[in-house]
Amino acid sequence: MNAQTDILQTAKHFQKELGEEYHDKVVEAIYADAARIADNCVSRDAQKAKLNFDTALDKALTHPIGGFLVMGLMFFIVFWLTISGANIPSQILADLLLDKAYYGLHGIATALSAPDWLSGFLIDGVYLATAWVVAVMLPPMAIFFPLFTLLEDFGYLPRVAFNLDKLFARTGAHGKQSLSMMMGFGCNAAGVISTRIIDSPRERLIAIITNNFSICNGRWPTLILIGTIFISSTAPPILASFVAALSVVAIAVLGIVTTLLVSWGLSKTWLKGETSVFSLELPPYRPPQILQTLYTSVIDRTAIVLWRAVQMAAPAGAVIWLISNIYLGDVSIAGYLVNFLNPLGLLLGMNGVILLAYIVAIPANEIVIPTILMLTLTLGSNIVGAQSGVILELENTQVYTVLTQVGGWTLLTAVNLMLFTLLHNPCSTTILTIWNETKNRKWTLIASLLPVALGLIVTFSTATLYRLFM
Amino acid sequence: MTTDIAVDCRTCPAYNAAALKKLGMNVEEADYIIALAGNPNTGKSTVFNALTGLRQHVGNWPGKTVARAEGGLIFNDNQYKLVDLPGTYSLLSTSTDEEIARDFLLFGQPSVTVVVVDATRLERNLNLTLQILEITESVVVALNLIDEAQRHGIEVNERQLSRQLGVPVIPMVARRKQGIPELLQAIEAVAKGDYVTRPHRTRQYDTRLEKALEAMVQTIEQTYPDLPNPRWVALRLLDGDASIEEAIREHRLGDLSRGKSVVPIADTISLEVVS
Repeated sequence: MNAQTDILQTAKHFQKELGEEYHDKVVEAIYADAARIADNCVSRDAQKAKLNFDTALDKALTHPIGGFLVMGLMFFIVFWLTISGANIPSQILADLLLDKAYYGLHGIATALSAPDWLSGFLIDGVYLATAWVVAVMLPPMAIFFPLFTLLEDFGYLPRVAFNLDKLFARTGAHGKQSLSMMMGFGCNAAGVISTRIIDSPRERLIAIITNNFSICNGRWPTLILIGTIFISSTAPPILASFVAALSVVAIAVLGIVTTLLVSWGLSKTWLKGETSVFSLELPPYRPPQILQTLYTSVIDRTAIVLWRAVQMAAPAGAVIWLISNIYLGDVSIAGYLVNFLNPLGLLLGMNGVILLAYIVAIPANEIVIPTILMLTLTLGSNIVGAQSGVILELENTQVYTVLTQVGGWTLLTAVNLMLFTLLHNPCSTTILTIWNETKNRKWTLIASLLPVALGLIVTFSTATLYRLFM
Repeated sequence: MTTDIAVDCRTCPAYNAAALKKLGMNVEEADYIIALAGNPNTGKSTVFNALTGLRQHVGNWPGKTVARAEGGLIFNDNQYKLVDLPGTYSLLSTSTDEEIARDFLLFGQPSVTVVVVDATRLERNLNLTLQILEITESVVVALNLIDEAQRHGIEVNERQLSRQLGVPVIPMVARRKQGIPELLQAIEAVAKGDYVTRPHRTRQYDTRLEKALEAMVQTIEQTYPDLPNPRWVALRLLDGDASIEEAIREHRLGDLSRGKSVVPIADTISLEVVS
């Protein structure tokens, strides 16, 4: 017998002798020491402790009913500020990138007498898709991220997690899932990694599979844009931005509800088991450091997310231009694909263009809207005077016109697109992260396909109901 | 006591802070490896950023850092590599974040471990500190957030704390860079052996348990006479810790006793997109 097995066997022998109380006894001894040392070193001023602002605030923010009201209100304010604030900078950017720079580039191409296919591919494909992503995403992100980061730095998000924690425990999931879910509201890949704080493998899997129901950076702009141009048109102009913000909040809340329902479903079927008990510490409130927050949220978040989107948009723009301009007979490849997907799309209350856009956008959800617009303009009748695969400068009102008149969109299309934005497969980065964290083909597959399946069911149902009653 | 002012400039923190060069991510051949440990939300990442000049996102948010982040600095001509570990409440359970932190302390063999402690929640933070003192004796305690403690009417006697723990305790407000120069000096002193720590070790009150531990330590020391922390390894083996058992089976524990740093199990992941 070698020395290593000797050590292990001695350990096994003592384990039996000491029994199950061992772990608790070790922990108790450490805790007793910690308490004694702390007692020796800490003195408290009882008077000061009484006037505790934090405790009062915590009572309000984690109130069983009030807590949820405050939560809804906070999210609403954040989105309303984002939507009403992003309007003007969006138009300035669109004017600059999609009008002046676009025609400038074409001017240069003509001066250099570049062949049509080359300038088409580079300017109408690669450049325009990239410019579109920047124009659509930058203004809302530059407002949304700092606001969200301020809430986070102040210490509000852990209170939200605290409020939701009880609900998660009731579904049979781990309360800490509320934390990884909040992380997912930024980025699902980061959210999936953050499930490492959950130590039970069963509850961790539930948290990983449901993380995709937190709307991520890549999807907020889609929701905000569709909410702004479609849903707001159902309300009088004065209330338009309120209704738009409400619609975005509604989808986010629906995401939380879905997370809870799916967690409950999983813990009752595939992932049965005990619910772990844990304590969630509420960190102290800290005055947010405004300047530093602006810096980190602009540089670390906005710039990184935008850069990722641009990296994805450039090749996607190239692909879209190519499939729209390579003809097999009379119809372009894009035409074939859209025609093929159209019956299914219409059945789901959307159309073939939207489904194709979602396939093109698997690498990054950020490019869904630009892709939809590009394809709609290319394949639709020529009324806006667009060439194949060209996206023009469009203001919100024009986007509305294009989508309704060329794309044949209705309110149902917009609502179902928003629902499908919530309920579809995770982006490729997230799928890869799920694989890295689970190293399990089955769970990676389930985490990727379950949301799509739900999306198909939900959009089919709303479309059917709409057709029956409207 | 009178002091020679001209000479004492060299020991003055303000003088020495000028000897700090932040290296960001550029660490190649570090003379010393420094681990940053602590409970979630104590300001580890803030200390990390202040020392390295990096801007790891700091969140008021437990579970923000679940992977390791690394950075570097030069202080008094020595190059230090700084490793920011995930914030944990304990090292005794089996969640992945705790495993990453624990494996690094055990197998990464840091020269010094800085435990960032929240002065407003000293008792809870000491639970982790004591567990770390079981693993390694080269520890510096960064007593952070003393401004917040004062706001709440809490006063921590850092000299008393240092005496009880047997390691240096540096009071600080990392957000305002208070205490950073002093922290650097303490790290240097412990790394070079100028400050000899006498770490507090928790005694087990249960005699049967204590006897079993002693027997285990003896068995372990027969095979690994130079192991720096046989008692802690024994504690974990009695708890049936699978990753320590595996380390013994794979002879990684032997490498440890020869003072070799063993590549930690979990890879460094830098979260590029932090929510």
